[in-house]
Amino acid sequence: MRRRRLKENLGGYLYLLPALVILLAFRIIPILFSVRVSLYDWTMAGPRKFVGLGNYLQVLSDSMFWRSLLNTFWYVIFTVPIMLFLSLFIAVLLNQKIRALGLYRTIYYLPVVTSIVAVSIVWKWLYNPERGLLNYLLSLVHLGPVRWLEDPRGLISIILSPLKINLPEWLAGPSVALCAIIIMSVWKGLGYNIVIFLAGLQNIPHQYYEAAKIDGAGSFNLFRHITWPLLSPTTFYILIMSTITAFEAFAQVWIMTGPPPGGPLGTTKVVMYYFYEQSFELWRLGYGASIAFIAFIIILVLTIIQRQVLERRVQYG
Amino acid sequence: MAKAKLTRFVIHLVLIVLGLGMFLPFYWMLSTAVKTPVESLRFPPTLIPEQWRFSNFIEIFREIPLHRYFLNTLFVALMVLIGVMFTSLLAAYAFARFRFWGRELVFMVFLALMMIPLPVYLVPSYMILYKLGWIDTYLALIVPWTVNIFSIFLLRQHIKTIPQDLFDAAQIDGCGSFRTLWQVVVPLSKPVLVTIAIFDIISSWNSFFWPLIVTHSESIRPLQVGLAYFSREYSTNYPLLMAASTLAVLPLIVLYFFAQKQIIQSYARAGLKE
Repeated sequence: MRRRRLKENLGGYLYLLPALVILLAFRIIPILFSVRVSLYDWTMAGPRKFVGLGNYLQVLSDSMFWRSLLNTFWYVIFTVPIMLFLSLFIAVLLNQKIRALGLYRTIYYLPVVTSIVAVSIVWKWLYNPERGLLNYLLSLVHLGPVRWLEDPRGLISIILSPLKINLPEWLAGPSVALCAIIIMSVWKGLGYNIVIFLAGLQNIPHQYYEAAKIDGAGSFNLFRHITWPLLSPTTFYILIMSTITAFEAFAQVWIMTGPPPGGPLGTTKVVMYYFYEQSFELWRLGYGASIAFIAFIIILVLTIIQRQVLERRVQYG
Repeated sequence: MAKAKLTRFVIHLVLIVLGLGMFLPFYWMLSTAVKTPVESLRFPPTLIPEQWRFSNFIEIFREIPLHRYFLNTLFVALMVLIGVMFTSLLAAYAFARFRFWGRELVFMVFLALMMIPLPVYLVPSYMILYKLGWIDTYLALIVPWTVNIFSIFLLRQHIKTIPQDLFDAAQIDGCGSFRTLWQVVVPLSKPVLVTIAIFDIISSWNSFFWPLIVTHSESIRPLQVGLAYFSREYSTNYPLLMAASTLAVLPLIVLYFFAQKQIIQSYARAGLKE
């Protein structure tokens, strides 16, 4: 009996070994090591100096860090709700018994499988202020031209400008350039959320709708009292996932903005890009590690808040 | 009845308008890809190319070593796929069918690792790769990605649903644990393995951030990184840029058309498993 237990223990760990070794080397040890790196003034070649919490304090008093956090904040605040409602809207339409369903789904989903690099290059071309297709289409309806990726003015301040209100910089809203990136990101991620919503919608039993219809409920009431509450676990999942994904936006900025990336006037420099720039262009590795930790803590807190506030409203089953 | 018809008409109308918007960037990519440089810069633009220059797709291979990028990406994707399949099957099997000390704890640690975003471990990972002398080699692109925790999780959930009777029968027939894995678990896990493979191929093909950091030389540069640098250097030759972008997205779009159902089901299933 004892020998069998031992054998099973050994067997278990033997099968686990390959995964465990790789995770130890490239996840667990780096994560622990990262704490140490963040406490040093650590460059690739030069001498490293212990600075304690110095990096963290420096990050927190670094105006560029706060600027990048603000940019990320605008990016999240706009991308996540627009994506959520647009994808829910389309998913509800696609959930009807209509023709050409497969074709619609194919088209909406297409951006999801394409690479963010290629797609960023294409959108940069669409946004070209002199020769781009988007400005041409706007000119057909006598709008524009918009300078898209080159315009640093904040959206809220543009909207309020006829009122002659001067907003502080942090309230100016996402720059036109950042809005251009937001539009592109919504386009890219929409299909994924549609598919998740569709799967959620198809899990709602038909009988509920039929019963409500017999009771005389209109389509708005059907949505309000059956679809929306029963879909809440899916909505909750999409909300959390898209917030996390939004924090990781990077390639769009690297490819579409600049040179140097993050422009104009640093209004598209998101946290992920700032981290990359400090760590792998300026090679301030200790500083980069502390940016990563601070950003991680912010995401964690946001996720916990979302859970606390929303989970009570989620209705399972 | 008339009302139902009208509703359906409106639904189609909305879906078509939005669908055109979704497809527009692809159309513009394709149509610019076959234009001449001069025509591409004309304003107002020609919506349908006047001259179809398919030679752009050949010329691009002369401008940059695109074939090299393709081969690099293919090789890395294949190696990562093999690695992920191997480690996921073994680890998921261990978690699902073996009783060993600390199993729940190790599993919890795995799940917790999944929550930690890349930047947190990126800097020290880079240092480790540097110490190993792996920076700018295929090893740096492959080895760290040969474990995918989410795949382990999906497979474990699946293996747990395989009835115990099958394992007992295999044992009575004298199957060792490895043979049971190979001859009982693998054939019964095909749909999940396909899901894992699809996720893996898509994410390998499109990965950008990591390869951007761990590669420097052109000879091992994967497709996405090569394309990104190309877009910076040739920022005004739009037909060539669009031709390169088209080629970079084409393989996955072809895969998508062939395995559309599988891909969509995989994403839906993985999303709801949470």
